[in-house]
Amino acid sequence: MLNKKDLLGIKELSLEEIILFLDTAAGFKDVIGRDIKKVPALRGKTTVNLFFEPSTRTRTSFELAAKRLSMDVINFSVPTSSVVKGEGLIDTALTVQALGADFIIIRHASSGAPYLLAKHLKASIINAGDGTNEHPTQALLDAFTIREKKGDIKGLEIAIVGDIAHSRVAKSNIYCLTKLGARVRLIGPPTLIPDEVKELGVGVFHNMEEGLKNVDVLMMLRIQMERQGKGFFPSTDEYSRNWGLTSERLALAGDSVIVMHPGPMNRGIEIVSEIADGPNSVILDQVTNGIAVRMAVMYLLSGVKR
Amino acid sequence: MSKELMTKEDIDRALTRMAHEIIEKNRGIGKLCLVGIQRGGVYLARRLASKIRMIEKKEIPVGSLDIALYRDDLAIRKEQPVVRRTEVSFEITNLIIILVDDVLFTGRSIRAAMDALMDLGRPAAIQLAVLIDRGHRELPIKADYVGKNIPTALSETVEVQLGEEGSGDRVIIKKTGDQTADAE
Amino acid sequence: MKIAIKGGHIIDPSQATDWIGDIFIDNGRIKEVRKQSATLRSLGKGGQSGRDDPGFRTIDAKGMFVLPGLIDMHVHLREPGFEYKETICTGTLAAVKGGFTAVCCMPNTFPVNDNASVTEFIKRKASQEGHCMVFPIGAITKSQKGIELAEIGTMRDEGCIAFSDDGQPVMNSLIMRRALEYSKAFNVPVISHCEDTTLSESGVMNEGLLSVTLGLKGIPAESEQIMIFRDIVLAELAGGRLHIAHVSTEGSVNLIRSMKERGSNVTAETCPHYFSITEEAVKGYDTNAKVNPPLRTARDVAAIKEGLRDGTIDVIATDHAPHHRDEKLREFDMAPFGISGLETAVSLSLSLVDEGVLTMSQLVEKMATNPARIMQIEQGTIKTDAEASLVLIDRNKKYTVEAQKFVSKGKNTPFEGCILKGKPVLTICRGKIYE
Repeated sequence: MLNKKDLLGIKELSLEEIILFLDTAAGFKDVIGRDIKKVPALRGKTTVNLFFEPSTRTRTSFELAAKRLSMDVINFSVPTSSVVKGEGLIDTALTVQALGADFIIIRHASSGAPYLLAKHLKASIINAGDGTNEHPTQALLDAFTIREKKGDIKGLEIAIVGDIAHSRVAKSNIYCLTKLGARVRLIGPPTLIPDEVKELGVGVFHNMEEGLKNVDVLMMLRIQMERQGKGFFPSTDEYSRNWGLTSERLALAGDSVIVMHPGPMNRGIEIVSEIADGPNSVILDQVTNGIAVRMAVMYLLSGVKR
Repeated sequence: MSKELMTKEDIDRALTRMAHEIIEKNRGIGKLCLVGIQRGGVYLARRLASKIRMIEKKEIPVGSLDIALYRDDLAIRKEQPVVRRTEVSFEITNLIIILVDDVLFTGRSIRAAMDALMDLGRPAAIQLAVLIDRGHRELPIKADYVGKNIPTALSETVEVQLGEEGSGDRVIIKKTGDQTADAE
Repeated sequence: MKIAIKGGHIIDPSQATDWIGDIFIDNGRIKEVRKQSATLRSLGKGGQSGRDDPGFRTIDAKGMFVLPGLIDMHVHLREPGFEYKETICTGTLAAVKGGFTAVCCMPNTFPVNDNASVTEFIKRKASQEGHCMVFPIGAITKSQKGIELAEIGTMRDEGCIAFSDDGQPVMNSLIMRRALEYSKAFNVPVISHCEDTTLSESGVMNEGLLSVTLGLKGIPAESEQIMIFRDIVLAELAGGRLHIAHVSTEGSVNLIRSMKERGSNVTAETCPHYFSITEEAVKGYDTNAKVNPPLRTARDVAAIKEGLRDGTIDVIATDHAPHHRDEKLREFDMAPFGISGLETAVSLSLSLVDEGVLTMSQLVEKMATNPARIMQIEQGTIKTDAEASLVLIDRNKKYTVEAQKFVSKGKNTPFEGCILKGKPVLTICRGKIYE
């Protein structure tokens, strides 16, 4: 059912393909719950993690997923590689492919970098986050988690809070959840929510109390400190006062609201510890599910003939 | 063009006989459990369990096993096989597992199933129960309990249709024109 | 070398020529231009004919248009300093292939053409290796940094015919004012690249829904409009001959139109890509569609066409910006801006005639007559004693764009694989024939 060798973005996936990824991930969640958390399915294949931006959690998640499928894993981090010596992106990737990579997991600061690789390489390219474009496996694991906790995603009221403009996690989630039939709304300061998103069929709120009413799923985004100096908001203190998730605000949402966060969290800024560690939080489930989803992605892509 | 090899009644009688054979060979059901291979084997395993329950008046644990991730042909298939649930909620170490499948053909599915079971624990023994044995083994695998032996040509396909999947119960054989043994 | 061009449809608005006729060329100059009379035509005669003389060439131009050699007043020849992207030799060869017999080259070379010795180098190279006329445009400010005026007078004397900091805007309004004022002493146009860099920042494509969904930083249309307004108002204050380079948005066209109605002497140019394709060409992160100003929306394309039709936009220039293949084969953010446009310009512009936006005569105005007038050069006319610089155009010839076959070193075009109709088939530059 899958006819593309790469996973570059949710934008390119049909609803059927998204559901295939989620259903397959359910099978893999069984595997990682056992004592022997390994299956021989992709034995002998090689995955290379090509991370041009630092990231421990996503990289580790992909690494574990690959290993659980019995693949060999190589980690290629920018500071330790020849990219520092001025080698271009395509040259680096071709070298990696010549070493025998079947999968290249790429995280890069430039939007579109994975698309460039997918065009020129035979290996399967998985986008682990490109610039401010997309982070498709994050959206898939988020959807999987929501489905697990809330059943059918269709019709759910889902709020994404924070720096939408610079968040590839937000974008991938917007595309994924709207395709699955959820009603998505964005909450945050006007400077961090581009006007044009309304054309994607989402609601926009600048007042958090308003925006949280009747919400079934609350997705908090990390606020990046670098944005503070550039006129997007005056201080993290002011941000937190207006858009930080506190227990009072959480009470305004629906009764059985679940709280999500892609990590890493700025405790005390966008989310308080009581909620992060509290009963509504599914943040740790997201981490576990991430491995199952990434296993499903690699398993399904491996079957597609070049 | 297909031909019916077993009717609903034929299947039921065969399963009844197999249930008796399983109990006889193992001298009771003390250390037994049934594990069906997705999907046909799972329904058959449940039916065998209910027949055994009627005979011995005791419950026997039943699990389901998905073998997609242990297949030996993942690299050459056109498309990856669908991954289904593996639900074995009991400890299999030291138990005798009756592995159940609908059709025994090349034996590769059974090899994959055994590898999957080994990753779940260390059974005391594995015995194999199949509704249909159609020959053409490619690995040294033999069924302990067989519903019906049917000699076939490679260009034919044997299909076990079960009521749990919508249609009535029957076993049919038809020509595929395909010379290669295509498991599933 | 004597050349006779017979039976072509000659169009030269500067001479009010728009009829079928013959042109006779001797020794690089036009000797005679005459209408083909109906009787002569029907008799199959038409002046001197048929002598098989090596010093004599007859070109049958029946069914073709004969236009004055076109003038591209906005090209980047890259020499000195970036010869790996293009040289004066390859760039001017691409120009004649594209139907241009004169080009004006921008100063963002290395070193920048901000002094007479670089100007002299360019002129010398052009006379030795150039295939068409080359008129250098000098920088407005030293190193194009926008801080100190460059030696405009001395450069003008050496051969610069206009001044621009193209590639950059002159962000400081006081400096732009001084530049306009000072230019009056030398009667040279000041060509402005209008972009508010504090708004466009590190943008790489048009700002809109597409830039949001592609995750690429956007350049708002307003960054162009703000500077156009500022420059025209400064020109009203300071005087001078302001020319707006590469207009790309609806708002810009509206601004220029209303200022012209108020009596401003501003002139403006656009490029073929701004009336042919939109920001959709960027989808898939195609760096060949990365250009500054960026490709805009369908509304902007319609407004540019309207601006050409009603005379708001005076000139079609290419902003020919060749780059090396490796530079464009990278992440979208890192690739340089620019489209290699000399060899597709005429075909793309002819579609305006097909669509009824311009007549052939008006097209020649935009691509020859007006550039000549604005830059004050004696080019772009077909008349007795003028230099023999002409182009023959087959309006019906269909072809597929193949960038690898470009004569320019720059193969960076978003039109790769497109089927275009109409192209220049023969160019004569000062009597030399290029086919």
